Amino acid sequence: MSASLAEICAVACADAFRGASRGESEILASPIGTIPSIGARLAKATFAPDLLLTDGVASVVANVSAVGAIDASRVVEGWLPYRAIFDLVWSGRRHVMMGASQIDRHGNQNIAVIGPFERPKAQLLGVRGAPGNTINHRTSYWIPGHSPRTFVARVDFVSGVGYDRARALGPRASRFHDIHRVVSNKGVFDFETPERAMRLRSLHPGISLDEVIQSTGFALVIPEHVEETRSPTSDELRLLREVIDPQSLGGKELKG
Amino acid sequence: MSDKRMTEAEVVGELRDGMTLGIGGWGSRRKPMSLVRAILRSPLKDLTVVSYGGPDVGLLCAAGKVKKLVYGFVSLDSIPLEPYFRAARQSGAVEAVELDEGMLQWGLYAASLRLPFLPTRAGLGSDLLRVNPALRLVRSPYDDGEELVAMPALELDASIIHMNRADAAGNGQYLGDDPYFDALFAVAARRCFMSAERIIPTADFASHGPKQSLCINRTMTSGVVEAPLGAHFTACEPDYGRDEAFQREYAAAAADPAAYRAFKARYLDLASHDDYRKAVAGGVR
Repeated sequence: MSASLAEICAVACADAFRGASRGESEILASPIGTIPSIGARLAKATFAPDLLLTDGVASVVANVSAVGAIDASRVVEGWLPYRAIFDLVWSGRRHVMMGASQIDRHGNQNIAVIGPFERPKAQLLGVRGAPGNTINHRTSYWIPGHSPRTFVARVDFVSGVGYDRARALGPRASRFHDIHRVVSNKGVFDFETPERAMRLRSLHPGISLDEVIQSTGFALVIPEHVEETRSPTSDELRLLREVIDPQSLGGKELKG
Repeated sequence: MSDKRMTEAEVVGELRDGMTLGIGGWGSRRKPMSLVRAILRSPLKDLTVVSYGGPDVGLLCAAGKVKKLVYGFVSLDSIPLEPYFRAARQSGAVEAVELDEGMLQWGLYAASLRLPFLPTRAGLGSDLLRVNPALRLVRSPYDDGEELVAMPALELDASIIHMNRADAAGNGQYLGDDPYFDALFAVAARRCFMSAERIIPTADFASHGPKQSLCINRTMTSGVVEAPLGAHFTACEPDYGRDEAFQREYAAAAADPAAYRAFKARYLDLASHDDYRKAVAGGVR
């Protein structure tokens, strides 16, 4: 049984939730997007049972069910309206995996505008919670379309704060800043270098190093030995196909 | 207790050109759409609109009512990007004050507490401060000396919100999963006008939901409008979900001026909310 790219990406997203933020295991995982949601549910169903997950509409759900619809058999263990989510963000007990229209080598992320802010070429969502998330708790990113247009030398608008900006704020203001992982459709990336620059952590099976370098608009840090992103175990594959994503919605997100 | 019932037209009669108007709800959820449509019908102009934005912002932009927008995001939820908001930004038609979602909450909270600002870590290091020099920093007066963003109070001249139930005295009840920030929009404003799916006798609130669902008290409101289907086409759970087909029609019309004119003629150029309800009921969707 071989895994699809969507399943490999979902497992990479799940692995981003290993080793919870700031030594606390009971944190809210906030995956934005289908594959991060599949990943967070897989993490909770396997190695991270203490994670809190919401249904996306104010309920904390104790059991793991399929993505794509609100499960009638869900077990609600808590209530998190947006106001309580913001309090939780600022208390730090959260790990968000957001999207990024652009990301740079320092982990600065943009979801606000393309082009000048005053009169953008393309107005996107707006910064949403990115500034507050990145300065308050662990943040990872999921980018389904890895290309020189998404992995850029310089983002047009810093929505989520990267390591260079955090460093400039000084140790006190940046003490909760923690950009953990970037998962794309080509590989997994981290910032575990002395300079806190984006480093290739692993290549997804079938993706060449050259392809990732060509698809990235800045110089990635490339380790001497490049690992391959792990494939799901047979147990994980069964969970993905039978419980968490029986409709293969993850694959649809990759096709965009 | 005074009777605060009014019509949509009477609410709009209380608003003035150039006002700062807060709009409750979140994205395409529980927006006071009958009041927004009444503003579209009026000659009001040059509004500063403060919102966790959805089609309220899109429609007001498309109608040229907005001078300045204060927002954390503008989205239709199931359709991530709001096309009319995008067009207004990309043509330079509106001045934009972009904020982190939590900063927007803090600005409303500061205004509601009559404080000049509230400190927050959110915004530090981001480009929000670069494009908005009006945002200042403040240093903690205590030993930590930490530098934080001083989020200024977002004082509103008026706000509009939509509830599931209200009484004539101006108490409001939400029956969905999330009160959003409506109570802050209400208190941050000099006057708040609340529409509701149904106006019921005060004694009946208890039979609709628990007392925790009474998130708006009558100190917060100046007027109450009964507006069944008043949040359409946004979601107003549990009374009704989002009208996704209608929302798709709304969003698609942005691609073509003729399509927008047809949409406007059919659903917006109407004399009253009752006419809108009839138009929606008769729609082929």
